[in-house]
Amino acid sequence: MLQKSSNPISSKQVKPSEEELSFPREEALQLYKELFLTRWAETRIRQEYGKDEMKTPVHLGVGGEAIPIGVCHTLPAGTAAFGTYRNHSLYLALTGDVDGFFAELYGKLTGPGKGKSGSMHLCNPEKGLMATSAVVATTLPVAVGMALAHRYQDKSSPVVAFFGDGALEEGVFWESLNFASLHRLKILFVCEDNGLAIHTPTSHRQGFRSIPEAVSGFRCQVASGDGSDVVGVVQKARELLQRMESDGMPGFLHLTYYRFLEHVGPNEDFDKGYRRRPTPEELERLDPLLRYEKLLRRNGFSEGDLRAVQDEVQQRVDRAVQAARSAPFPGREELLTDLFS
Amino acid sequence: MSTTRSSLMTFREALALGLRREMEEDPSVFVFGLDVPDHKRIFGSTVGLLEQFGPTRCFGTPLSEEGMTGVALGAALAGLRPVHVHIRADFLLLGMNQLVNMVSNVRYMSGGRLRVPLVIRAIIGRGWGQSAQHSKSMHGIFAHIPGLKVALPTSPQDAYGLLRSAIRDDNPVLLLEHRWLYDVEGEVDEDRLVPIGPAELLRTGDAVTVLSTSWMNVEAMKAAEVLARRGIELEVINVRTVSPLEPDLLIESVRKTRRCLVADYDWSFCGFSAELADTVSRACFGSLRHPVERLGFAHVPCPTTRPLENQFYPSAVDIIRTSERMMGLSETDLSRESFYSYEQRFKGPF
Repeated sequence: MLQKSSNPISSKQVKPSEEELSFPREEALQLYKELFLTRWAETRIRQEYGKDEMKTPVHLGVGGEAIPIGVCHTLPAGTAAFGTYRNHSLYLALTGDVDGFFAELYGKLTGPGKGKSGSMHLCNPEKGLMATSAVVATTLPVAVGMALAHRYQDKSSPVVAFFGDGALEEGVFWESLNFASLHRLKILFVCEDNGLAIHTPTSHRQGFRSIPEAVSGFRCQVASGDGSDVVGVVQKARELLQRMESDGMPGFLHLTYYRFLEHVGPNEDFDKGYRRRPTPEELERLDPLLRYEKLLRRNGFSEGDLRAVQDEVQQRVDRAVQAARSAPFPGREELLTDLFS
Repeated sequence: MSTTRSSLMTFREALALGLRREMEEDPSVFVFGLDVPDHKRIFGSTVGLLEQFGPTRCFGTPLSEEGMTGVALGAALAGLRPVHVHIRADFLLLGMNQLVNMVSNVRYMSGGRLRVPLVIRAIIGRGWGQSAQHSKSMHGIFAHIPGLKVALPTSPQDAYGLLRSAIRDDNPVLLLEHRWLYDVEGEVDEDRLVPIGPAELLRTGDAVTVLSTSWMNVEAMKAAEVLARRGIELEVINVRTVSPLEPDLLIESVRKTRRCLVADYDWSFCGFSAELADTVSRACFGSLRHPVERLGFAHVPCPTTRPLENQFYPSAVDIIRTSERMMGLSETDLSRESFYSYEQRFKGPF
């Protein structure tokens, strides 16, 4: 019961990137901080979830963090982003708003949605995260509409839309790609491919040979890569954004990754029989945090360097969890507000 | 020289004029939809816009109703004011995911951080065999969704004024325009916007309050004209905004007439007519002389053939007969009356 071709576990055994770290020291540590922040935030969610205070379905992104973090790292200021229900890494990468993040998960008034969005609809438009959605592919045409508006308003900044491999089975994915390609809009589609729609593998869902091949008929720049490698994600995204710029086309970035946890909830589910636990060797390749730490060590970063980042992040996250737990819930008057402007 | 800019025009001309005025005043307004810029221009309601504003602000789309509804939402979130047009309301069903999961929700889900200044226009078909997929109004379905405003223009002034108000509204507004009303002529005062919300008193009477929507206003006014000849005066109210409903005028009228007939242009079962009946029944319970009556579509898909289609839709005759029953009157002789027949103006095919 191995996973099928688009799943990184059984894809050809590429060695972890041995390339030199091409970032300046500060930038390299910033990326590490972002990776560790989202991993630690989700670790704390897993620890706290059983207390039944965080009453919102969580779709944890453990294993997939490098994709939103790497892509967002390359985006120019003013980029508008759209995402899915598996949005924690995206939210934290774009906003850095740890306090608001936990407040929203605890349903508190101090969250960015005042407790009305919870985990699945996190957004923070002031920081560029326009909307995230629990219904697969629904934010894609909205992102395209924003790209259309950017052209209308003579804005040069791109729009980026994150979605899973399951989105390709929704009609509106093709409607969105078609319209963006027809109008040559400046939008980057980022497919976060974990080979699973809830529990159903790609081989049971998709009648086309591969995702990049299926979209290759559109007037759109396409690139593929390993989404577990944050350095590779940054490079792929940068190259693609440049090609989009020079050719005046949308971009489609297909990145594979391994989802370590159950579809929704805080647990592993390797005992359920639909997939197996990765081996330690596979883990080194599939866990973007372990992999990046290894790369940093190879490039002269000390344990102390990493520990300093970890300590700072852990303290920040722990403070945010405490603040969120003690923050007020929205009052009754909030029920009927925010429906109309 | 008159100081008001008022002139006689058709409903379709009023729509085109309203759009033009808003596009002139606000460069963030654009109009799009399948066939919006073609030679027919959505039954004339987008005439002149391509020529005046160019293809950036007036353009056609692929056959992608869900996608284009999402595109409209994205443009609205970016601060533009899109007007998305559907040549039949039935096609809105392909955009329901966007309407019900995104357009109506995003402001609330964002804790009030997002604004959605979006207008959707859709035409309700009828007659000459439009059948089950080209004839629905469904305003009851749309109004059921919190976060969507829904309005039904009846007069050319409504068409002009509600459209301009909808475009200026910072919320999603759905306008449902009856195909037969496109030929109706009326005075349009260019300086008068019609606010989303209030109903309109079309005719004063003391016998029965008729609350009517869209084309049913035409039928209700005809019924009132017939009954007036025997001294029975219907009060007719054009409920031109379905959601958010402002019931004050309706309740005030029913407290006076003490009888209410809802003539809705939609299916009755679980429909807007039930919402209106409930609203006035509870507000006027002590003064009602008769239970509130409701007229609406038969609870079947709209049939194609004319004799069955005639039975499917409520008409002026139904309003007359129901009013008579509510008042305990004998039936008026209608044998010499001339009722609206669409063949006089609308010969199809679409």
